[in-house]
Amino acid sequence: MPLLVYAETWDGKFKKPSFEAMTYAYELAKTTNDTVTAVVIGAAGDDELKRAGEYGCTKVLHANDAKYASFCPSAYTAVIADCATAENAKTIVFSQTYSGKSIAPRLAAKLKAGLVSGAIALPSSTQPFVVRKKCFSGKGFTDVQVSSDVKIIAVFPNAHHITTNTTALTIQVVNPAVADAQFNTKVNEVKKTSGKIVLTEADLVVSAGRGMKGPENWGMIEDLADALGAATACSKPVADMGWRPHHEHVGQTGITISPNLYIAIGISGAIQHLAGISSSKVIVVINSDKEAPFFKIADYGIVGDAFQIVPKLTEAVKQLKSSH
Amino acid sequence: MKFLVCISHVPDTTTKITFTPDGKAFNAAGVQFIINPYDEMALTRALELKEAQGGTVTVINVGPATTEPTLRKALAIGADDAIRVNAEPTDALFVAGEIAAVAKDAGYDIIMGGRESIDYNGCQVMGMVAEFLELPSVAIATKVDVSGTTATLEREIDGGKEIVSVNLPFVVSAQKDFAEPRIPNMRGIMSARTKPLKVVEPTVSLKPTASVAFQNPPPKSECKMISADNPEELIQLLHTEAKII
Ligand SMILES: Cc1cc2nc3c(=O)[nH]c(=O)nc-3n(C[C@H](O)[C@H](O)[C@H](O)COP(=O)(O)OP(=O)(O)OC[C@H]3O[C@@H](n4cnc5c(N)ncnc54)[C@H](O)[C@@H]3O)c2cc1C
Ligand SMILES: Nc1ncnc2c1ncn2[C@@H]1O[C@H](COP(=O)(O)O)[C@@H](O)[C@H]1O
Repeated sequence: MPLLVYAETWDGKFKKPSFEAMTYAYELAKTTNDTVTAVVIGAAGDDELKRAGEYGCTKVLHANDAKYASFCPSAYTAVIADCATAENAKTIVFSQTYSGKSIAPRLAAKLKAGLVSGAIALPSSTQPFVVRKKCFSGKGFTDVQVSSDVKIIAVFPNAHHITTNTTALTIQVVNPAVADAQFNTKVNEVKKTSGKIVLTEADLVVSAGRGMKGPENWGMIEDLADALGAATACSKPVADMGWRPHHEHVGQTGITISPNLYIAIGISGAIQHLAGISSSKVIVVINSDKEAPFFKIADYGIVGDAFQIVPKLTEAVKQLKSSH
Repeated sequence: MKFLVCISHVPDTTTKITFTPDGKAFNAAGVQFIINPYDEMALTRALELKEAQGGTVTVINVGPATTEPTLRKALAIGADDAIRVNAEPTDALFVAGEIAAVAKDAGYDIIMGGRESIDYNGCQVMGMVAEFLELPSVAIATKVDVSGTTATLEREIDGGKEIVSVNLPFVVSAQKDFAEPRIPNMRGIMSARTKPLKVVEPTVSLKPTASVAFQNPPPKSECKMISADNPEELIQLLHTEAKII
């Protein structure tokens, strides 16, 4: 019985969390000698679809009809349910992205399946089927036991590594019968706000606060981010003063992220700021005030002037990268 | 318009989270419970729309009798009546099944809830309710406006926003910016005591998931300080020790 993975695309390209979900599904399938089938909905070229084979999928089911051009939760759910039935898949893997959050619960209701959302590890056992997730907004973990025949796991972005496991892949176009009535939400407009690297998906994030004194000093922040291949973020006052766009603002009133690396430069570490970033894997704090509260939750810290330190870090990153 | 707002009863955001010594349950002793913050935003937006266009706002919770103060608080904020489904909310599909059973054929125009409850961080119940009732759903919405029989919503997507339109009835889950919560006034608190709170028994038996163990995250290790004279060391450590670059 194959595992099914919903492999989300954007502009015809797989999103990074889709590779995490594929890797997760592949590793889970290996324990039971099963294969992984990816479901792709919407336009994507075969060259892109073939990449699923690099991450362990043996088959892609591609619903490429023009009616799937824009996102509709109930229609997408119907497509995935149809693929699950056709493949007789009993385990379905999602990434807990915005789309995953929109469709996985609908699919769970349709298939009467138990759903573990925001899984952070492979199942610790498959009989019984137990998966770990975060709870209480990162203040705890819980092991969820799933007893239904069909099981759905939505993997927390950045929680699972991506590895290549090249396998032979077949691509099959599917066109399940989805009633017109299922196309019941209409997208009027998509407003893309992010730069090159989408902040909510970023592995590495360089963030800066009021300590940077003014918007004219963000060049060095961007240089460091570019050298690392990181996204940029900021504290709330910085966005409020118009130094940086609001979509970069992280925290209680901004967005929540959990990258592998969060570098906070000239940010004091107010509780409302920490609410948006505290589940980052490694936190680096650079602040001229050794009493700054941010150091309490940091893994690495430098007390000093950002204006001196940041350019040196950028140089060191460039050197490291050129030596590899 | 008839609104149904789903209210989850959760520990206050500042609560120190602990578990029972056997690690099998959340330790609720001495914990203050509140309306899940996202649900409070949904409730406030429902009230604003009701005030502008007329209608009723019903709140619903699936939970034991101990959640009633939370429902009374929702009534104090301005809901017209409340329903409590008398059961432990241990599984999202079960909770959604109960809410759908109450909502079925009851003629609600908009069913609102939060993007996620801050205890189990499921992000599940509202989407499940929508599928059970075969209604359209918009998840993680930052805005909703209604005009006649259609609504326009703004919702978050990775790296941006999407503007979506949908016909009533539909299900929506609220994200920050949906509405600014209100503090109940004295009159609201007084009238909440006499507003109807109906208790119904559960009708669904499906419970495909259960939390079998809990743990606090391991304590954060000490922050490693690096000299400002040698910031290059940080990059070395991130490469060789943390192995993330
Ligand atoms: C209801 C509410 C919600 C909020 N939501 C958010 C939110 O979502 N996100 C958020 O970020 N904030 C939020 N805040 C604001 C929050 O409380 C803080 O005020 C804010 O995070 C501070 O931003 P900051 O750290 O950039 O600025 P500051 O607190 O002013 O800190 C600047 C830091 O820079 C350091 N510094 C100065 N010069 C240098 C230098 N040359 N080199 C290195 N370091 C230097 C200083 O030592 C200081 O620690 C919220 C507040 C409230 C009341
Ligand atoms: N026990 C419950 N009773 C009523 N509504 C609930 C309950 N649990 C969750 N909800 C609603 O569903 C939303 C999402 O919750 P969850 O799927 O648990 O993260 C919450 O914000 C509430 O609006």
